[in-house]
Amino acid sequence: MQSQSKFHASAFFTALMFGFMYLPIAVLTFYSFNEAPNSAQWKGFTFSWYVKFFQDSRILSALWDSVLVASLATGIAAIIGTLMAIGLARYQFFGKKLFQGAAYLPLIIPDIAIAVATLVFLAVIAVPLSLGTIVAAHVVFCLAYVALVVSTRLTNLDPHLEEAALDLGATPFQSLLFVLLPQLAPAIVSGCLLAFVLSMDDFLISSFTAGGGVTTLPMEIFSRIRTSVRPDMNALSVVLMIASAGFALVAETIRYRSEKKRFQ
Amino acid sequence: MKAPSISESTAPSSPRWLQPVLMLSPAGLWLLLLLIVPTLIIFQLSLVPNIRPGDVVNPSGLDNYWRIFQPESFPVILRSLFFAGGTMLSCLLLGFPVAYWIALSSPKRWRNLLLIGFTLPLWTSTLLRSYAWISILRRTGVLNSILTSVGLPALDLLNQPIAVLIGMTYSLLPYMVLILYASLEKLDRQLLEAAADLGATPTQAFWKITVPQCLPGITAGCLLVFITGLGDFINPELLGGTSSRTAARLVYDQFLGATQNWGYGSALSMILILVVSLAIALLIKYGDKNAKSI
Repeated sequence: MQSQSKFHASAFFTALMFGFMYLPIAVLTFYSFNEAPNSAQWKGFTFSWYVKFFQDSRILSALWDSVLVASLATGIAAIIGTLMAIGLARYQFFGKKLFQGAAYLPLIIPDIAIAVATLVFLAVIAVPLSLGTIVAAHVVFCLAYVALVVSTRLTNLDPHLEEAALDLGATPFQSLLFVLLPQLAPAIVSGCLLAFVLSMDDFLISSFTAGGGVTTLPMEIFSRIRTSVRPDMNALSVVLMIASAGFALVAETIRYRSEKKRFQ
Repeated sequence: MKAPSISESTAPSSPRWLQPVLMLSPAGLWLLLLLIVPTLIIFQLSLVPNIRPGDVVNPSGLDNYWRIFQPESFPVILRSLFFAGGTMLSCLLLGFPVAYWIALSSPKRWRNLLLIGFTLPLWTSTLLRSYAWISILRRTGVLNSILTSVGLPALDLLNQPIAVLIGMTYSLLPYMVLILYASLEKLDRQLLEAAADLGATPTQAFWKITVPQCLPGITAGCLLVFITGLGDFINPELLGGTSSRTAARLVYDQFLGATQNWGYGSALSMILILVVSLAIALLIKYGDKNAKSI
């Protein structure tokens, strides 16, 4: 009897916390269709905020800059991160622990510290800030996420397949390309999705490493919302949320499928 | 006859060191150039008092580090610690029952779905999540229109420390739930049954069995939330107003703000890195090994 009532209480609490997690999302969605520009009251349904932001050239160019940065950073990180994860899993060498430590440090070090270090470094070597410097800085943390996901997958792989390929006369490069990479593909894709979303979301590192003329979407959003509540930002939020949810869905499906395969 | 000879399979055409170098050097060089060297440079800068861009560098001691104890910055550091600690506590208190219910009471085939559902909001923009809390907590926001419509007095929560705590808890709660879930899932249920058979009340069993067994997970979750909270810039900035400046904002000001002081800013960054490294060392020593994979 007691465990029954306890079950209800904790189930209820969990439901409440689910509500807490989705409340901001519900609020943003609700107000993105609200005609009243600056009030919590419902004044009628409208699409005008969506139209407004789709015609906002500054938002669109910031969105473009962000997508460009995230795509380039993710692309570079996918290649060198995957190679790094394989290399770290395969070889023993002096200083390996240190290498690993440095590679995964960006997962946990505050963004502000990475941002500051990169800015100072770029100033010391006198490289002018640009879109390229944002990409270079983003690769550092994208790399860590790609390598993390790929190395988790690597520990669950069957090492005999690659040995078999080598025994059958494949060159190391062939066995990497045709045996190992196809097995790693789901992990690489979900690592990339994670890296892409995090790169799109980054505010601090971009603000420190962006030159004049480059404004990423988070920088544009930040400069708008810190001053006032802007209803067109609600519409933008909803569009971004739908895009993120799509990414999350793909990533989780890939992860779920590859996990299921592993247990079979 | 087709079996490959030993020389074929073990002696590749390239030297032995070539493969590891090809695989590790691109990432290694990138990290060296954009993480290690920059960190060493800010360490050197942090030893130079009052440097401005372009000045000659001559290291001269720890003045920048002692400056954090001065009255204009010490309260800011304390406030950061307060926000990080408060967020850690509220995430633990709110997250534990959720992780517990999902791990032990929810139907088994729902568990993955429930976890994904709980962490899905993490995929949305950090800035816009904070912005959503502005719309909820501000004077004419959602919360107050609900409160006044049922006849309660309106609350002024935005630009108060409580708003920062709500925003930070919201951002970090899913991480705490994931880590606690990983730990609770492995709980040995037979021990709980044995305890019940031997006459322990559920409360006794909880404190004497569940909590000790989950302690590594609890430690890992708390440290992770604390570290992440310590470096948070966006929530304090957007929800806390001018009275809630934190360490991250202090660092920001030394570089992009009005009070440019690169040496001091570097020292503050180094302190953040040191505190975080210390926490990671603790995590590796006492934390849940599985939690690291999250």
